Amino acid sequence: MNKTGLIISREYFTRVKKKSFLLTTILVPIVIIGFYVGIIAVAISGGSDTTKVAVIDEAQLLNDSSAAQNKGLVLSFIKNETEKSFTPKYKAQKYDAFLYISNFNLDSSAKFTVHSQSSLSLGTSKALEDMVNNAIENKRLVARGIDPAVYKKVSGNASIENTIDSEEGKSKKGSAGVAYAVSFICGILIYMMMIIYGTQVMRGVMEEKTNRIAEVIVSSVKPFQLMLGKIVGIGLVGLTQFAIWIILMGVLQGIIPLIFPDFMNAATQNTAAMENSGMMGTVLQGLSSLPIAKIVFLFLFYFLGGYLTYASLFAAIGSVVSEDQQEAQQLVFPVLMPIILGFVMLTNTINNPNSGMAVFGSLFPLTSPIVMMGRITYDIPVWQIAVSMLLLIGCFLLFTWLTAKIYRTGILMYGKKPSWKEMMKWAFRKA
Amino acid sequence: MALNQQPTMHILELQNLKKYFATQKAVDDISFGIEKGSIFGMLGPNGAGKTTLLRMITGIFYPDSGTILFDGKKFDPLNDSKGIGYMPEERGLYKKMKIGEQAVYLARLKGMSQQDATLKVKEWFVKLGMQSWWNKNVEDLSKGMQQKLQFVTTVVHEPQLIILDEPFSGLDPVNANLIKDEIFALAKKGCTIIFSTHRMEQVEEICDHIVLINKGQKILDGTVKQVKQDFKENIYRVGATVRPEQLMTFEFEVVKHQPDQLEIRLLHDATPNDVLKFFINQGIAISSFNEKLPSLNEIFIKQVEGTANARQFQNIQ
Repeated sequence: MNKTGLIISREYFTRVKKKSFLLTTILVPIVIIGFYVGIIAVAISGGSDTTKVAVIDEAQLLNDSSAAQNKGLVLSFIKNETEKSFTPKYKAQKYDAFLYISNFNLDSSAKFTVHSQSSLSLGTSKALEDMVNNAIENKRLVARGIDPAVYKKVSGNASIENTIDSEEGKSKKGSAGVAYAVSFICGILIYMMMIIYGTQVMRGVMEEKTNRIAEVIVSSVKPFQLMLGKIVGIGLVGLTQFAIWIILMGVLQGIIPLIFPDFMNAATQNTAAMENSGMMGTVLQGLSSLPIAKIVFLFLFYFLGGYLTYASLFAAIGSVVSEDQQEAQQLVFPVLMPIILGFVMLTNTINNPNSGMAVFGSLFPLTSPIVMMGRITYDIPVWQIAVSMLLLIGCFLLFTWLTAKIYRTGILMYGKKPSWKEMMKWAFRKA
Repeated sequence: MALNQQPTMHILELQNLKKYFATQKAVDDISFGIEKGSIFGMLGPNGAGKTTLLRMITGIFYPDSGTILFDGKKFDPLNDSKGIGYMPEERGLYKKMKIGEQAVYLARLKGMSQQDATLKVKEWFVKLGMQSWWNKNVEDLSKGMQQKLQFVTTVVHEPQLIILDEPFSGLDPVNANLIKDEIFALAKKGCTIIFSTHRMEQVEEICDHIVLINKGQKILDGTVKQVKQDFKENIYRVGATVRPEQLMTFEFEVVKHQPDQLEIRLLHDATPNDVLKFFINQGIAISSFNEKLPSLNEIFIKQVEGTANARQFQNIQ
């Protein structure tokens, strides 16, 4: 194994063997899966039982309970009670809620009250509202001499579906929501990884400098090998973490049905129900419509490109400061600025993927790793991807070349922190 | 004739080395050679340029001008680094790395294979009584223990040239002797050792040859014996009990008068024999008579006297 390889493997294995690495790597997917399971659990409990509602209908709006069917509501009409007299009683009579419809003017908007012990779920109150509004609509139609059945027949019922015509000529059904989520998650991941692993590079360099081991090592290898070994080693740690997350999520998703078969049965039934209602279907359809291979490739490319570009800057910072954390903070700030700017541009880009700012941000190498993620689910002109990638690679090479010279000098300098002017001089001097 | 042309066996030859930094001339035209198998002392006050010079020899810095010959050939930092072991003044080890692992790692960076490195490190650990430390973290070691570990990492790849910057600092006398013996043993095997220190008594004890560097320039170069001879001041110690009025002579003057010992400086062309004759003629009983050579400490203080660095040097004494 050559020396750079040796350094890479040391940097890699000392980090991967750490307990904290194992902990974060394993905990994160468990938290995500737990979240997912929690959502399903809520969905199941919300859908499994019906809500019993007592109704006092002074306006004679709801004629029978047929309107409430299929919405999880069971209505019971209460006679000979007033709102005031019944409010203390509905709980004792095993009603979940108590709806009071007062007399109101049919042609003006009205407001009714539903009483309950704990706040009603969004679905239940939506169902109640729909039911009341339907009844009002019917009454108004009748008042104007229109048969509600006729009205239903003539009202429009077309839906508009977004079909994306990609360049390969395939037509796919898209879903703006799913595309939005994928872009946002990819962008945030790159943003976080760049900062987390970038600062790890900086800390590693500072450690070597303050421990004075740098001097021992650069008497065996070139400073550039040491810097490169550190950057590549830590980058591999990042990729390993991604890989473990993906595997763990797959495994956990496979294991959960084995451990809780009943639970998952209920969940899948529920999912099937949701699919019928369209929501889950849209998500699945949206996901399958995305160019997964392209997204994975671009994500990995921009993660590596962005990480490598910034890691060399972080390494240079680590090499010029000594133990003083505050000194490091001062120097880190200008490096973090474009990363944060990229993140700000990301949200804007997702909403408006072909705006001038989005195009600029995804070409400019200091922001492109993050901003490009905002456009990843859309069709990006090939020339833009090519230019963006070339610029990023060029920027990485230029930065590495310049920062290696700062690093080489800084790592052996102790005492006062060099000024910006001095660092620029180191970076641009020959040889 | 052929004998005269025989080249001296220099493991390292420095020719007109220069290294200027923005604010100072760290190394300003220094030349000297180091003989194979010698223990070479590189001395000088703080800030004299020693570390810069050592860093050029280890290939960490490139000289601005001048040449370094390593084993007769132009020094190539990439390939020759495995022939050099460098122990810098400021010790450097990874604090959170296991000791055995770390020593093996550093040896492999010098080009050893995994098996060789493990074997050699174990050998050295046994030699220095550190076997039980293998799985400890560096941060759990005392300063002296770290020092021993650092020494092992410097010599484990069997370099031809070993550079030790203050190797005994932080060591107790027992461990200092242990390391000192290893240094002698390495020199006996043919290793060349460059030894940089402020501790003059150690230099006198260990080194064959010395250079003194001050303000980036070489101001002294020679064997320890030679240097002492060059700076002797014709002072002799005489073991005798005398009264001052007995010492009326033009052959010497008394530098220091103690109850049972005199220190005298010879005047004019007087020889030790003239002095002995004088004492014998006076009927004074002499218990001992020997020349007092200056200590390296005295020589060096005198040499760097008047420069800004001199005071630091005196404080160390």
